[in-house]
Amino acid sequence: MQEAALSGKIERLMRTKKSLLVIEDLFVEREGKMILRGVELAVEEGEIHAILGANGTGKSTLAYTIMGLSGYKPKQGRILFANEDITKKSVTERAKLGITLAWQQPASFEGLTVGEYLEISRGAGRGCTSIEECLALVGLPPKNYLNRTLNDRLSGGERKRVELAAVLAMNPKLAILDEPDSGIDVPSLDDIMEVIRRMNREGTTVLLITHREEFARAAHRASHLCGGRILKTGECEEVVRFYKNFCKECTHINEPELERVEAKSDAPNN
Amino acid sequence: MRQTIERDYSREFAALAEILEKTGGNAQALRNPKIASLVVHKNRVLDLNALPGIEMEIDPLPDGVKVHVEVKPFLILENPVHLCFGVLPKEGVQRILSTFEIGEGARVSFLAHCSFPNAEKVQHIMEAKVRVGEGATMEYNEVHYHGPFGGVEVLPMAEIRVEKGGKYLTEFKVVQERVGLLTLDYDVYLGPEAVAELVTKVYGKGNDRVRIREALHLEGPYARGLVKSRIVLQDQAEAEFTGEAVGIGPYSRGHIDCTEILRGTEAKASAVPKLVVLDERAKLTHEAAIGSIDRKELETLMARGLTEEEAVETVVRGLLR
Repeated sequence: MQEAALSGKIERLMRTKKSLLVIEDLFVEREGKMILRGVELAVEEGEIHAILGANGTGKSTLAYTIMGLSGYKPKQGRILFANEDITKKSVTERAKLGITLAWQQPASFEGLTVGEYLEISRGAGRGCTSIEECLALVGLPPKNYLNRTLNDRLSGGERKRVELAAVLAMNPKLAILDEPDSGIDVPSLDDIMEVIRRMNREGTTVLLITHREEFARAAHRASHLCGGRILKTGECEEVVRFYKNFCKECTHINEPELERVEAKSDAPNN
Repeated sequence: MRQTIERDYSREFAALAEILEKTGGNAQALRNPKIASLVVHKNRVLDLNALPGIEMEIDPLPDGVKVHVEVKPFLILENPVHLCFGVLPKEGVQRILSTFEIGEGARVSFLAHCSFPNAEKVQHIMEAKVRVGEGATMEYNEVHYHGPFGGVEVLPMAEIRVEKGGKYLTEFKVVQERVGLLTLDYDVYLGPEAVAELVTKVYGKGNDRVRIREALHLEGPYARGLVKSRIVLQDQAEAEFTGEAVGIGPYSRGHIDCTEILRGTEAKASAVPKLVVLDERAKLTHEAAIGSIDRKELETLMARGLTEEEAVETVVRGLLR
């Protein structure tokens, strides 16, 4: 009953604005364990929407399921993109519709240069930016990086920046950024956030997956994911406050006490 | 000094030059007087251009040629020496018996192209003895083109000795069209602080058979070596890779790195590392990955809009580049 009430609230929220991405009652199982358990989410066109949650709550699973990666087929539920049901579409089909994903730990490619990777990305999207500019925007001087191989000789931080540059080059309608802040040195976090804002200004709706409150605060709206469910969606400050207060007190790791959730989310100044 | 040995064979020369271009080489280099080169069709030398400081002696054999290349000490060659070997008819044998003497402190690179474009029953035997002198560097890049019929048997064998502080870097590549039967057998003996890198890239198709054995004998203290193979197999192609390293010298380091990608369910691959340590201060490592292409790599490219087939081609092209 409580879950239904929560779903209903989100459903109402969804209907108030124009949504680019709508997720309905999504259940995803991995290795015999149900990771997503009824996710309801609406991401409005043109917004940066943060998904905030602790480790192991299902954030990456949600990202991979939206992208349609193998092994992330929903047991139940639907994913709608621009009012089209994409639940059964392939990764390529979703990319061609304008969805892309920046991995938390990007893949390495032996023999593929950074420049070639960015050209592939640019070719697939709306391609409005030069790849040199994309690299410069993420803080990688093009002359030093265009011809470098996209392999393990790049540091984790460099690889993450290349991944963001690839998203910039693609200029998709929806970018799912899985923890773009992880592996990035603290002084550079503001730069990365600025890249995300620029991406957004150029017309990309961003689903920003993070467990870092300060990153979530830079979004337009946020949702708190815990135990495979969206527990709260709203203004960033409100969701961050809820995340801090609720999760600090919660003794159920990734198994939220839904009664408490209901009570807290209804309480003023929660 | 350029010597055109057999003017009558200009058609063969042109045909080999055309294939050289097709496989990414620069045929103009064969006519450039500033670039040392040797072109051999079957057992006939079609063109030879030696430069001061680099001697090339050629002796004909009934089924090939004997080649002796000597690079003077401390010679630094600006352009790579171009070697072009081939058999154009459908059938034939070519035996290349070569010796390379790279003088102390010299730096030289070789680009070798071996072409058998029409081969239905061709055997190409390559036996090489190489000595890289103290502090010298030798690069040897070998690109093969065996045509579409799979009728080539290629048997490269090499014994390479690298003296103190010398470097030997080689890449053997057959990635276009068919391989046929390839049996590659290299032994590298490394002196103190000597370095060797052996890279093999092969794309087997049809019923191609690939057998690669590469061995590092790390004899001197601080000798270092890497054996790296990248093999892609489809259809009923089979490959067997054996990477060996023997750590004899103290603080010597050796690494064997093998990746074999199978496309389809009928191809077969195996990798056998053999590491022998004879000094407790030596360290040898190996890594091998056999199977299909990493799903994350494919899906990363698919998330940028490539189809699965395009993503596979992109990954394979990168791996074999």
